[in-house]
Amino acid sequence: MELFTNQVLAGIATGAIYACMALAVVMIYQAIDHLNFAQGEMAMFSTFISWQLIQWGVPYWGAFIITLAFSFVAGIAIERILFKPLAKAPVLTNVAGFIALFAIINSSAGLIWDFTIKQYPTPFGSAPFLGSQLISTHQAGMIGVTVLLLLGLYFFFQYTRIGLAMRAAASVPESARLVGINTSWMIALGWGMATAIGSIAGMLIAPVVFLEPNMMGGVLIYGFAAAVLGGLTSPFGAVVGGFLVGIFENLAGTYIPGVGNELKLPIALALIISVLVVKPAGLFGRHIVKRV
Amino acid sequence: MSAAEEVVAEGNEAVEAVPKRAMTLGTGTSLVVLLLLIAVPLFAKNFVIFQLTQLLYLGLAVLALNILTGGSGQFSLGQSAFYGIGAYVTAVMMEQFNVPYFLCLPVAGVLCFGAGFLFGQPALRLSGVYLALATFALATAMPQLLKLNFLEHWTGGVQGLVVTKPDAPFGLKMSQDMWLYYFTLVVVLMIYVFSVNLLRSRSGRAFMAIRDNEIAASAMGVNVALYKTLAFGVSAGITGVAGGLSAIAVQFVAPDSFTITLAIQLFLGMVVGGVGWLPGSIIGAAFIIFVPNIAEGISKGLSGAVFGVLLFLVIYLVPHGARQVAILGQQLAGRLRKN
Amino acid sequence: MLFGRTLRTATFATAVAALATSAALAQKTYDTGASDTEIKIGNIMPYSGPASAYGIIGKTEEAYIKMINDKGGINGRKINFVSYDDGYSPPKAVEQVRKLVESDEVLAVFNPLGTPSNTAIQKYLNAKKIPQLFVATGATKWNDPKNFPWTIGWQPSYQSEAQIYAKWLMKEKPDAKVAILYQNDDFGKDYLKGTKDGLGPKGASMIIMEESYEISEPSIDGHIVKLKAANPDVLLIYATPKFAAQTIKKTAELGWKPLQILTNVSISVGSVMKPAGFEASQNVLSAAYAKDSTDPQWANDPGMKRWNEFVDKYMPGADKTDTGMVYGYGAASTLVKTLEMCGDNLTRANVMKQAASLKDFAPDTLLPGVKINTSATDFAPISQLQMQRFKGEKWELFGDIINGDVAPE
Repeated sequence: MELFTNQVLAGIATGAIYACMALAVVMIYQAIDHLNFAQGEMAMFSTFISWQLIQWGVPYWGAFIITLAFSFVAGIAIERILFKPLAKAPVLTNVAGFIALFAIINSSAGLIWDFTIKQYPTPFGSAPFLGSQLISTHQAGMIGVTVLLLLGLYFFFQYTRIGLAMRAAASVPESARLVGINTSWMIALGWGMATAIGSIAGMLIAPVVFLEPNMMGGVLIYGFAAAVLGGLTSPFGAVVGGFLVGIFENLAGTYIPGVGNELKLPIALALIISVLVVKPAGLFGRHIVKRV
Repeated sequence: MSAAEEVVAEGNEAVEAVPKRAMTLGTGTSLVVLLLLIAVPLFAKNFVIFQLTQLLYLGLAVLALNILTGGSGQFSLGQSAFYGIGAYVTAVMMEQFNVPYFLCLPVAGVLCFGAGFLFGQPALRLSGVYLALATFALATAMPQLLKLNFLEHWTGGVQGLVVTKPDAPFGLKMSQDMWLYYFTLVVVLMIYVFSVNLLRSRSGRAFMAIRDNEIAASAMGVNVALYKTLAFGVSAGITGVAGGLSAIAVQFVAPDSFTITLAIQLFLGMVVGGVGWLPGSIIGAAFIIFVPNIAEGISKGLSGAVFGVLLFLVIYLVPHGARQVAILGQQLAGRLRKN
Repeated sequence: MLFGRTLRTATFATAVAALATSAALAQKTYDTGASDTEIKIGNIMPYSGPASAYGIIGKTEEAYIKMINDKGGINGRKINFVSYDDGYSPPKAVEQVRKLVESDEVLAVFNPLGTPSNTAIQKYLNAKKIPQLFVATGATKWNDPKNFPWTIGWQPSYQSEAQIYAKWLMKEKPDAKVAILYQNDDFGKDYLKGTKDGLGPKGASMIIMEESYEISEPSIDGHIVKLKAANPDVLLIYATPKFAAQTIKKTAELGWKPLQILTNVSISVGSVMKPAGFEASQNVLSAAYAKDSTDPQWANDPGMKRWNEFVDKYMPGADKTDTGMVYGYGAASTLVKTLEMCGDNLTRANVMKQAASLKDFAPDTLLPGVKINTSATDFAPISQLQMQRFKGEKWELFGDIINGDVAPE
């Protein structure tokens, strides 16, 4: 029983990583209606920027704010420069563009900062949280930030004009344009916000997994899985999905005899697919009714 | 049944926007390409022949994805999984059970068809991003499945399996590479002709009807579930044969050969070649084989970045892939003829 | 078809004729890839893809060879080092090696990296009788001169290193309960096997848990929690640097203090112990054959001084904590030594012969006392290691230098 509790707690701690990334995934999905494969790399690059700033002597929170601003602007710039010209191209061509962006960022980061792992500081410390050694104060802080972000996003999308406009622009661009929404800039804004959220995820994840150019590879797979499980249209679902994936993965690795440990990830993914078969829009996603 | 057939034929009208003919090459062009494919190895070094063989079987794998995406409108990032199964089935049969290589390929194809058909069942309920994730999951899981402990006896586990390259039969005085090239060429041509005919057949029209409007297709009596899974099966089967050919040509299979990177490469090949244009598959394959080498030649440290930039250039210039170039060429030729 | 064959035969005849004349003229013998002015050496490295962290090894080797060329080359010949990216993908490795051999026409393929890539090209290179020199992997199978006379290893094998740990445990802690954390690939499995072989049937009961992880996992905390629950008192960490650092850090965070033994692959002070935290790393055990570039105890070592000068001049701005640069330097100097020994007889057969005749060769970067020795029946150049313990901010060597050869099956 103790092992069970421990694994659940450890799962929550790891799940916080996935939840964070899943939020960024949901954000971009809301803005552009598909997934961005380069999102993990963009987050990694932002994290390196903040690391570099800290190395240059900027205090943590200063670096945090600067990185956030940088990421927001960089996200908009990437959309304006690289993806706006592809707006009329087929969706699959855009996906190829994401892959190209992935390659460019990963390779540049490797050249600038090398591939050795770097220690990344945490503002929350890493002492045991509330006496439990399984969750450190950093992980607790990470869960806290994730929840704050979630609330922020919820209010943004539900109650602000700009949030509603963004949702409209992504899901029904034609009608959105008719009511006077500048859909093109909504998309750019979405990119900016998604990149900024991604940078927060990166900065929170790096203390746990260490900073290096390939650090987001695995995280992104889990982030996608979590977001899809929770429902790509629901920030709340994404966070819950993140924790569920973290917990389930740990339990599968511990309790499924024989292949459990070797096949943790495939089993978790298989479970997600089964959930999708029953609920195609994810646990908390809106079911989109197709028009004929 | 005949009524349904009529309906499908009528439903086909809507597809004409993407003409069937545009999916293939004209007879003249086909012949020229075929002659080139037959003649080039006679004047090339063994290494070039090996690269051409690679081009053929990767082209075949891109073609398989093209049938799925371009034909039936389903998107897959999991092709590397079927490719891996095909390669492993071939390698294990050749090395552990001494089955001749030409018999392994059909088995690989049939097994992968089955695997694809089965995977198509849950995938039926998914579309777009969700389907992409499901197939992505399959591709991520495959290397881990291939190194499972209890399969190690056959697969060699993490160490992989070395495959013996076949000699030319009937005492033909031909290098192994050249023989394998012509063997691959024959297999690829057979499958290409089959694919073209498949897309022109009733099933092919059903695929396209689903691609263009699923609800309309089902309203018109197309068995959407059957044809969607069928497309998955056919695509997986062809990918499996391509994987089998790769195992023979590379002479080695290992879990690291069939990662998500391969699936992404095949996807890029399809986009660059032109979604839905079958002959573009070979151009797409050329892109994924040669462009990384070019990128590396430009800068070793930044080869990834250079590759990314080149890819961006291609999709800016021709967002619809090589198909766009072909259409342009055709129009140009037409205009010249008029003048 | 016929035409192609005739053409090739003709080229071959000319080549033979040319070879014969040049041999008659100067008593120099060359195979393809060598001439009076140049020696062409091929290499493949994962400059891109999941293992791109190792790309630095290839870059170091290229820089080292540039240094040698600047100093006048080897016996008057410049080395032309052609290095290609294989992305850690076996099919790509085959393609690139064939390009090196058939298109670039190199004399030998040197230090190709990764067990899967090397397995993929081994049969081809041996059939073509082209040296597969000093491969960059620690699998045991490279030391097999009988079946693969054209393949030779370089670093100590993973299995022999694991056996050293096992023997140490049997002697020092015979009652220990041992848990093993390993990476689920050829690297981790080799360590697992070596450990089990080393413990033998008597010690097998000491292992109470074997836990594997995949490199695709972002964090391996869950595995550590599981290992802790089994309550072993020795933890063997057979993990690559990132995961090794995570393990050491997490065990400390959990307040768990088993005796930790760490694979040689992950002993960099700068890129493993420091990120994991020096406090958490105290008393970790390992074994080494090379000096650590970030360890202050080598600050005045003449060999490491030369290494530092080399890096400053030929790789300015590079991250000196990267162990790949120490590795590449050592491997490249072994290549240069071998080519020097070849003299004017630059045939492939002689390259292999000289590679198998290294006697007490000690590159600048190897630990004092560790020497490279090879013979016609011993294709494992480095087979000595010394145990070490992490104290303060550096490794402290202890015990004798241990010879740990494992015969391949």
